Amino acid sequence: MSNDGTWFDDAAGPLVRPYAMTGGRTTSRQADLEIIALVVALGPVTRVQATSLDDELIQILRLVQKPASVAEISAGLRLPLSVTKILLGDLIDKQLVAFRSAVTPDIRVLQAVINGIRQL
Amino acid sequence: MAFDNSEPVLRGSSVKLLVAGGFGVGKTTMVGTISEIPPLRTEEVITEMSRGVDDLAGVESKTTTTVALDFGRITISPELVLYLFGTPGQDRFWFMWDELADGALGAVILADTRRLGSSFPAIDYFESRGVPFVIGVNCFDDGAVHEVEEVRDALDLDTWVPIVMCDVRDRASCKQVLVTLAEHALTMVTAGAR
Ligand SMILES: Nc1nc2c(ncn2[C@@H]2O[C@H](COP(=O)(O)OP(=O)(O)O)[C@@H](O)[C@H]2O)c(=O)[nH]1
Ligand SMILES: [Mg+2]
Repeated sequence: MSNDGTWFDDAAGPLVRPYAMTGGRTTSRQADLEIIALVVALGPVTRVQATSLDDELIQILRLVQKPASVAEISAGLRLPLSVTKILLGDLIDKQLVAFRSAVTPDIRVLQAVINGIRQL
Repeated sequence: MAFDNSEPVLRGSSVKLLVAGGFGVGKTTMVGTISEIPPLRTEEVITEMSRGVDDLAGVESKTTTTVALDFGRITISPELVLYLFGTPGQDRFWFMWDELADGALGAVILADTRRLGSSFPAIDYFESRGVPFVIGVNCFDDGAVHEVEEVRDALDLDTWVPIVMCDVRDRASCKQVLVTLAEHALTMVTAGAR
């Protein structure tokens, strides 16, 4: 938080500051959790979490000890995608998981896909 | 637009493509043939808002449908995972599911020569959204043998749309279809068509 009376950041500009303070979260973040967004737990499930968090959240945390997509989590928990996204939103709020949006299929990505499939 | 809170724990990122076409044309088979994991299934509840034309009060009614999707995964590199989604064949509701096509690198539209018309809805959809697509003609054993240009005429496709004869049970054949799609998408991106 800024104490010097200015509401903007010289280096980054005014819009970046609330973004940085929330660690990338916004109120509409669930709209950004695409079907293929990747999610990973920020640590192992602790004993405290195992007793204090809802069962579904614990299940998700166990499932994302390695990165998994929203779709894979939804399939693993046998929950609709929309419900899975809400649960993931809770875990993001609690700062227990990290997530990454899909990449735009630009020239570099498409060339990687072509080479990758050829080498299968 | 895209943001995340993943630095630096998540190095990889993801991209997707769709496998579309009519019911029973081989979408799930293709996903299963090329995926590195057995195909998984997920579902979404789609809500359609409709307004009665006679209704002067303009009251909207909601119709909800559950749409199931099969999907698979190919690890392209340590930094990139490709997801393949087989669209639900029978259900018109997936056409309202814009999130599915948003950001996709492209779509494979499978066609069955015994009933080519079942591919029309998917062709219309991806054409109208400007999503690059290729036609994979799944050559069933008892299907009539067609020439590529016959299929192009029958489906009323532009000359630049690639058409590939394939067998979705065969891995090499699926690879060829996917490479053709990615190359076609690359051509379109390079030409600034998207
Ligand atoms: N003979 C033959 N059968 C196929 C081929 N592709 C799919 N099938 C069969 O056709 C049926 C429908 O395929 P499926 O992949 O479930 O179609 P979807 O509805 O598009 O997902 C299944 O029983 C497949 O085994 C093919 O290339 N040749
Ligand atoms: Mg299927």
